[in-house]
Amino acid sequence: MAVLRYRPLNLGRWLLWGATAALFVLAPLVFTHGFALTMMTQMGTFIIFALSYNMLLGQGGMLSFGHAVYSGLGAYFTVHALNLIGKGALAFPVMLLPLVGGLAGLVFGVVFGYVTTRRAGTTFAMISLGIGELVHACVLMFPGFFGGEGGISTNRMVGKPFLGITFGPAIQVYYLVAAWCFACMVAMFALTQTPLGRMANAVRDNPERAEFVGYDTQKVRFLQLVLSAFFAGVSGALSCINFEIVTDENVSALRSGGVLLATFIGGTGFFFGPIVGSVVFVFFVVALSGFTQAWLLYLGLFFLAMVLYAPGGIASLVAMQLPVIRARRFGELALPYLLALAAGLVAFAGLVGAVEMVYRISDASLDTHMSLFGVGFDARSPRPWTAFGALLAAGLVALGFAARRVGERWGAIQGELQGNRA
Amino acid sequence: MEFFVVQLLNGISYGLLLFMLSSGLTLVFSLMGVLNFAHASFYMLGAYFAFQISTRIGFYPALVAAPLLVGGIGMLVERYGLRTVHRYGHVAELLFTFGLAYLIEEAVHLVWGRAAVEYRIPPSLEGPLFAVFTSQYPIYRGFMMLVSVAMLVSIWLALTRTRIGLVIQAALSHPQTVEALGHNVPRVFMLVFGGGAALAGLAGVIGGNAFVTEPGMAAAVGPIIFVVVVVGGMGSLAGAFVASLLIGCLQTFSVGLDWTLAGLFARFGWRVTADTPLASLWSIPLAQAAPVLPYLLMVLILIFRPRGLLGTREG
Repeated sequence: MAVLRYRPLNLGRWLLWGATAALFVLAPLVFTHGFALTMMTQMGTFIIFALSYNMLLGQGGMLSFGHAVYSGLGAYFTVHALNLIGKGALAFPVMLLPLVGGLAGLVFGVVFGYVTTRRAGTTFAMISLGIGELVHACVLMFPGFFGGEGGISTNRMVGKPFLGITFGPAIQVYYLVAAWCFACMVAMFALTQTPLGRMANAVRDNPERAEFVGYDTQKVRFLQLVLSAFFAGVSGALSCINFEIVTDENVSALRSGGVLLATFIGGTGFFFGPIVGSVVFVFFVVALSGFTQAWLLYLGLFFLAMVLYAPGGIASLVAMQLPVIRARRFGELALPYLLALAAGLVAFAGLVGAVEMVYRISDASLDTHMSLFGVGFDARSPRPWTAFGALLAAGLVALGFAARRVGERWGAIQGELQGNRA
Repeated sequence: MEFFVVQLLNGISYGLLLFMLSSGLTLVFSLMGVLNFAHASFYMLGAYFAFQISTRIGFYPALVAAPLLVGGIGMLVERYGLRTVHRYGHVAELLFTFGLAYLIEEAVHLVWGRAAVEYRIPPSLEGPLFAVFTSQYPIYRGFMMLVSVAMLVSIWLALTRTRIGLVIQAALSHPQTVEALGHNVPRVFMLVFGGGAALAGLAGVIGGNAFVTEPGMAAAVGPIIFVVVVVGGMGSLAGAFVASLLIGCLQTFSVGLDWTLAGLFARFGWRVTADTPLASLWSIPLAQAAPVLPYLLMVLILIFRPRGLLGTREG
């Protein structure tokens, strides 16, 4: 008997994915600067990494502190494959090398996942941290394969060019990353729709009930981790092709922490959250680190503020506005939002001033005469300290006031919207 | 024999230091369910505060003041940070302490710079304590052991013999009942968190000058104390004690030995040559593999005894 299926064309979804693909294609035509291109290439790699991480944290409820293990080991195997191609010992298109990285990630996902996924929750977090440290120490212990402190460098312009693509120019690397990024995004989204993806959600929300229904929670976590490790490996391979070097930093706790920060800032509750988070994070790292030594401090503060006040990340903040916009009430909130934003900026300016002055004073090699926001001053004189302190205090007071206004308006609108529905 | 005794003494003093760190972590974990990622950062703060105070006033005032300062910071963190994120669940709490660890490390960069600071052993504690065969055992190592043991005994007495200790013990298992009896459980949480931080700070004061005081010290010790807690069994103080000594001895002994697996095989008549598969793995000396051993131990424990050495609960 034929099974009848009704599946309407999901126009919105097609439009969204089409727009994403168009964005990938068109972005380098708009941002033509070389710096923008490197940044976008890194964003593409990091988007895959963060999405794969969210398969654990967001979809499977597994907080991992060692995700860089899979991307880093994927990168190491890719760099060796690339060098073999360079020597002529291996005939493999460079374009498909991310598959090698992904496979390496998958194999190590099977090995380490067997140990880590036996437990969930806090214990999983600690074990993943231990595995991360274990691998990092091992990488430094075997210089034969991993190249020790200096890492292993390579050359991506090897093998026969395909349709004239040599991966010499940065734009070709960008499009390689963009193509893989798009494909991985589609694949990871499709995975959330499969029975495994749904079961991962169930295991995240209520493992006991999932076991009662007859699922082995450990197996679900294991499969989810293995698949996630595959995509992490792909991202590691792409970063290897992009930078042409792989060092122990690729498997370090710093990188594992970075992907956690990016994913959480973007929002773990929505599929597109980590994408937003990656864009913000790479921008922070690449752009801000050029301006100030204290960029990690700002990133940490931003992260803490998100944990304290917006645990759903940027994505949830956006998603919260949608019903208000649909009810055409966003205009009433615009003014309080603007006030809060302005107050926040004032407070932030005060904070930046204080932090930068402390850096100038504590680092003896730097001159204490500095300029910030177009104003020159001496960090040792009391006047800038009073000025920035006043900015910070005034900004914080105003922010508290504005936040209360936003809360009141928000509550009123929500109340009315819910009243209409009832 | 000489090597054995010296390394055993060193291992015990390092293990006691590890226990000072892991006991705070375990207490906070079993009381509040919070795995404090920033615990090692409190250790680092203790060392830096002690450095700052000892250059201005002296080492002995620092021994008292630095842990108290760190404990105060810990209480503030609990009151204004952790308590706010508590309603979002344990993952949010863990993430909060993770962010805090980042922030403390960057703040240390900001104030004290990126290089190691010169936090030295006070002159009155320099010199040899007694001789073990031909080598001298330093006074400071003995002092470290003395402080740790005194601290541990007083904590044990405080937990078992005082009123607040009994309330803490009761709050460990039945927080609602304790609250219903009129005790302020959130304040107990705050005290315990501050106490744990102060313990970590004290470990920093005596460990900072024995080893090295630098911004990377938190990241170096943090994973090790997590390993201790997992190996000993989550939430078990006795387990943490055994695991601390075990890992302390494991690390100090392995650094001094150049045994290889190839040597072990040779005893059974298998020769490892350059052509043997994985030759580089078999011929790594134990001293070089030392950083990996605690993590290997953790993995083995997880496979063969998932609840840890003395743990009672699984998962």
